[in-house]
Amino acid sequence: MGNCYIALEALLLEMGHEVIVPPTCTKRTLNLGTKYSPESACLPLKINIGNFLEAIELGAEGIIMAGGSGPCRFGYYAEVQREILTDLCKDIEIIVLEPPKENFPKFRAQLSRLFATKGIRSFTRGAQFAWEKLKVAESLEQITHVSRPREAIQGQTSQALEGALWRLRSTSTVRGIRELGQLECDHIRSLAVRAGNPLKIGIVGEIYTVLEPFVNLDLEERLGHLGVEIKRTINLVEWIKHHLILNSLRLYKDDFLRQKAKGYLRGFVGGHGLESVAHAVMLAEEKYDGVIHILPFTCMPEIVAQSVLSHVSYDFKIPIMSLVVDEHTGEAGFQTRIEAFVDLLERNCKEEKQIDETTSCLSGS
Amino acid sequence: MKPHRVYLGVDLGSVSTNLVLLDGDTLKLVKKIYLRTQGQPITALTQGMAQLGKASNWDVLGVGATGSARQLAEVMVGADVTKNEITAHAVAASHEIAVVRTILEIGGQDSKIILLRDGVVTDFAMNTVCAAGTGSFLDQQASRLNIPIEDFGEIALKSGHPVRIAGRCTVFAESDMIHKQQLGHGLPDILAGLCTAMVRNYLNNVGKGKEIADPIVFQGGVAANQGMRKAFKEALSMDVHVPEHFDVMGALGAAILSKEFIARGNQSHFLGFSMAESTYQTTSFECEDCPNHCEIINIIKDGRSIAIWGSRCGKFAIKQEMKLEDIPVVV
Repeated sequence: MGNCYIALEALLLEMGHEVIVPPTCTKRTLNLGTKYSPESACLPLKINIGNFLEAIELGAEGIIMAGGSGPCRFGYYAEVQREILTDLCKDIEIIVLEPPKENFPKFRAQLSRLFATKGIRSFTRGAQFAWEKLKVAESLEQITHVSRPREAIQGQTSQALEGALWRLRSTSTVRGIRELGQLECDHIRSLAVRAGNPLKIGIVGEIYTVLEPFVNLDLEERLGHLGVEIKRTINLVEWIKHHLILNSLRLYKDDFLRQKAKGYLRGFVGGHGLESVAHAVMLAEEKYDGVIHILPFTCMPEIVAQSVLSHVSYDFKIPIMSLVVDEHTGEAGFQTRIEAFVDLLERNCKEEKQIDETTSCLSGS
Repeated sequence: MKPHRVYLGVDLGSVSTNLVLLDGDTLKLVKKIYLRTQGQPITALTQGMAQLGKASNWDVLGVGATGSARQLAEVMVGADVTKNEITAHAVAASHEIAVVRTILEIGGQDSKIILLRDGVVTDFAMNTVCAAGTGSFLDQQASRLNIPIEDFGEIALKSGHPVRIAGRCTVFAESDMIHKQQLGHGLPDILAGLCTAMVRNYLNNVGKGKEIADPIVFQGGVAANQGMRKAFKEALSMDVHVPEHFDVMGALGAAILSKEFIARGNQSHFLGFSMAESTYQTTSFECEDCPNHCEIINIIKDGRSIAIWGSRCGKFAIKQEMKLEDIPVVV
């Protein structure tokens, strides 16, 4: 899922495990995944299965998978995946980390199996590495969102990001990570050379589709190349802070989100449905030009959000486009929709400026 | 004779290839060509261009391209503006009726709805998961029933009691149609039922949650079908306007956009009607350098690559500043 593998790799390496990072998602991953997954499951499950199978080919012996609870089907994906892999006669150990607040002793037991080799101290150190790397990876990405529409040569920013992430993976001291982060961030920032005021679009939606470029067909890059600055409303650093740490201590409150979504959604609908609605409202308040809502086909929480979002769009007069992705998504149609949406926003903007000018003229006279 | 100053619009679509020439000053349509693409966009485009070139003496001021093969059209004719179909259709419709607020467009492979308020596109939708209810399906059914597609609409108008046909998906619609036929319903009733089902499907899927306000413009190849026009009017209880050149609106929009582009002080890249005399070839192969296995397509004009696309990583891309010898050799 996006670049979180960099952090997890650091954590597990430090805990004394040999880590096999599945190859970057490709068409082959998708084909493998679709072949062995239930047809109506959502795209993230299929990609996961593909990733697992490719990792097993490279010699993986164990898989760590997250569990979950709530209306989103993700909660039982780990078990479904275990069944699928068993049916395929893959001899593999799957460790499922369920949310700690559901069943803490079980969580601890699962986790301690991972510590077994090196003890708890290695965990704290590993966690620190992972955290630092994750922070760097995310800030790098956030800077590309600003740089990409302003780069001199198309593709420069993406290339710089790729290089930076590669170097980040092989850095193994906290100081090194921080220094590298500083350096690379400055570099990517320096790529923004073109002046002007690009359109600003916020991206909301299901976390996996938002974060994994293969699944969202490089949405961020496509928008960047069309000269659009984006804001990704979901990021892992926040998510871990809120859901993994505070929530397990029962300190996390989604009151803030509920407040924002007031009048549209009353509470948790599973997955990131509430977030999508609340963030769309916030983007509208921050005067973004438009919002893109991305979700995998058959994603229940986001379908709820999708129907609510049309009201947000109407009330706040902010264009919102929902993009549904699955293994059948055609690139051409996807691109056409994005281009048309950007055109729409551009013409909107021009119109607004004209109105501003005429009103100022009127008030001037 | 003094050459006629015109703007050229090209809509290279899945089912039809349309070319229009608009007068340079008045933007009135002076010539239009509507060809069937028949799965061969290159042949269709060269044919169309050859026909246009022969028709008169033109001075082309600017060229716009749209349609699903707009990229191909761009490199073949040297388009100045390459725009998606939605924008092109919206521009064309508001040129036709400035106050238009809803555009219903049904083409060969897709259908869309575009909402405009005060001349600005505020919302749009395209058919997402299923291609049910597009021109190709009507085509297919017409040929199954052995009637020319041109007569489809007229026959449907004769219906007294349209039958109800399940329209959710083309496969089910077809089986339902066959079922109704076997029961003995007449052809006009079945065709009219099919139109109603398609309109219902369109409004429930593409038009879901959209505020359809008049004036409404219905365009795209399917707008030729009078049965469909009637079905839309009945379903919406509003008047539906079909523009004179409903079948080439995409190309019309592209031509208008090219005028805007040239008006901003840009030079045209038009390659001339002589492009029709060149020979075009395409080759493709699957790149195996990474597991993405991209399908690379190479467009060759007179033995020279003019465009190579399809790779995710972009390593085959031909850039403008490239010299002939730097262009990657693709076999």
